[in-house]
Amino acid sequence: QAGNVELGELVKKDKVVVFMKGTPAQPMCGFSNAVVQILRMHGVDEYASYNVLEDQDLRQGVKSFSNWPTIPQVFFNGEFVGGCDILLQMHQNGDLVEELQKLGIRS
Amino acid sequence: MAITAEHIREKLTAEIGAVHVEVEDTSPNRCAASFKVLVVSPQFEGKTLLQRHRMVNSCLAEELKEIHAFEQKTLTREQWEKQNAQ
Repeated sequence: QAGNVELGELVKKDKVVVFMKGTPAQPMCGFSNAVVQILRMHGVDEYASYNVLEDQDLRQGVKSFSNWPTIPQVFFNGEFVGGCDILLQMHQNGDLVEELQKLGIRS
Repeated sequence: MAITAEHIREKLTAEIGAVHVEVEDTSPNRCAASFKVLVVSPQFEGKTLLQRHRMVNSCLAEELKEIHAFEQKTLTREQWEKQNAQ
């Protein structure tokens, strides 16, 4: 379970961490793109993103670490928030603004 | 294993007490088995969005291994009625 320890460190290193397919500049999947667009809409420019397409161990590792079967995955302050559907619903119901405020990010 | 919309509906109804399930097979838009579901269940009451999605994910854990893309919306009966009233 060394991988889980490393991932535990990784998700705490930055306030906002995204595991996605592709990069924010070039998302390779519509769901990953949706997460990038939502963050952009809220003025979240500085976040850590990891491309799971470049690393199969990471792709599997993050799924078992968060016990979540799909990519993208979003973490705030080291805590798993959810995937694209959850982020989209938080954006629509206003929860996302609140959560970002807790991180000191004004959207 | 071929996953069908009907199979997903039956499983969600049986295992998490869904009273209403809408399954859209979005596979034609993508390169592999893909689904979009709306699940209404009284069991979502008092649960956070993340907990609800985890319930759906674990109910369909086996199927999700085969599914390429999966979208979900989880509502309580009350939220569902409110949405329909709009």
